[in-house]
Amino acid sequence: MREVAIVAAGMSRFGELWDLSLRDLFATAALEAMEKAGADHIDALYVGNMSAGKFVGQEHLGPLMAEAIGLSGVAAGRVESACASGGLALRAGFAEVASGMSDLVLAAGVEKMTDGADVTEVLATAADQELEAYHGVTFPGLYAMIARAHMQAFGTTEEDLAWVSVKNHRHGALNPKAQFRREIKVEDVLRSALVAEPLRLLHCSPVSDGAAAVLLCPLDQARKYTDRPVKLLASGVATSSMSLAGRADPAFLDAVQRSAERAYKMAGIGPGDVQVAEVHDCFAIAEICCLEALGLVERGKGNQAARSGMTALGGRIPVNTSGGLKSKGHPVGATGIAQAIEIFEQLRDEAGERQVQKARIGLAQNMGGSGASSVTHILGRV
Amino acid sequence: MPSPRYWREIPARFRLEACRCTSCGTTSFPPRLVCPSCRGRSLERTALSRTARVITSTVIHVGPAEFQMEAPYAMAVVETPEKARLMTQVVDCDPQSVLPGMEVSLEFRKIRREGKGGILCYGYKAVPRL
Repeated sequence: MREVAIVAAGMSRFGELWDLSLRDLFATAALEAMEKAGADHIDALYVGNMSAGKFVGQEHLGPLMAEAIGLSGVAAGRVESACASGGLALRAGFAEVASGMSDLVLAAGVEKMTDGADVTEVLATAADQELEAYHGVTFPGLYAMIARAHMQAFGTTEEDLAWVSVKNHRHGALNPKAQFRREIKVEDVLRSALVAEPLRLLHCSPVSDGAAAVLLCPLDQARKYTDRPVKLLASGVATSSMSLAGRADPAFLDAVQRSAERAYKMAGIGPGDVQVAEVHDCFAIAEICCLEALGLVERGKGNQAARSGMTALGGRIPVNTSGGLKSKGHPVGATGIAQAIEIFEQLRDEAGERQVQKARIGLAQNMGGSGASSVTHILGRV
Repeated sequence: MPSPRYWREIPARFRLEACRCTSCGTTSFPPRLVCPSCRGRSLERTALSRTARVITSTVIHVGPAEFQMEAPYAMAVVETPEKARLMTQVVDCDPQSVLPGMEVSLEFRKIRREGKGGILCYGYKAVPRL
């Protein structure tokens, strides 16, 4: 296998972007990445997308997106794993370059969620249709059940959950691309409307439009495109039971653990070596459970991480310095790539006010459904 | 939902049909072609007991369009004595009272109306066990 580097990144703003279509969003991010690298061609394009078919009635995104960036003819295709589609697209690009099949690959993600579709219903397709959605469960409902199981097992409180949102908004306020650039207080979270008990509106990530793209090439060719490449050290993917009822412990995200173990093994590191991380906080409880499954905190101790400051900027291991899905926004197919971009910028000292000093190794973890799929990437300074 | 799909799902939804692995004894719901526990292919049909215990739960305030009229409603992952788990609404009680450990019975109920014709779709819902 060849060593692979990320040489450039591009990203649209995240938010309710009514003036931008699905293809405009994609092209904004993709062209920015290519222009930064000074690349006028690519060998292949992978676009992560959860459900353009249901959100805007558009499937077959490979040729559509190739054409949108003036590269009709190039090898292109769409990759899907619900909210982990972006992470899986990065993995596909990584494998394509590592194998020697291509030398310059664009791995991107895009989602257009605010064009009028019933978002709750579309997102519910990432749950088991026969066993879960049929009965009226929603995504907040599934994570609410994970939260209640965690509360039952470890005494986690609504306030612990609120601290995750407060921390991520504090970070997101510093991110010019974030959907919500404002801080919130614990009381705001606890007073917000109930969505699915015990989760409230401000425990939940928003509905967003957005796109993100990174350019990958072999590490030994990276200097053609940038003087500060970041190495893709490892990629781990894992799955678990599609339905929450099929998991032995609803409070534990076993696919996240497996994807992380595979990535740690490939990188030859352990969780103690990670200095900055983006984890999949689609709901506050998800960040808590992901930290535990990634081994960044002890099992059952994830509920104290945000409250104690450990995962805040300046803490022992800053988590979701971008603002996370909660504050930066969560255009589902784009999220996995956007997470990798935050780590890429951190490892290039480009994160501005959000910069984590001297970080050399960072992790990005992207999850699909109620934890049925997970993709973990580890990036390293060269 | 097209009618062949609804028809196909009747055995599990109406009669709680599951399968039991003859090699490791694991009961899975709904029936599968391979045992999720040991990958055994020798599976026998069985029906789940109509009693269960709540493993975890929530009260949904913002539901899908088809269910919003019922909000707030309780949903839970419940476990039958065969150790099979399923997702279900819990009704005929205060939704706030549905908490882990609660004992329930699984009853045949209407679940939803679908499509422009408003086709009635049935299945199981849990009620508190007295």
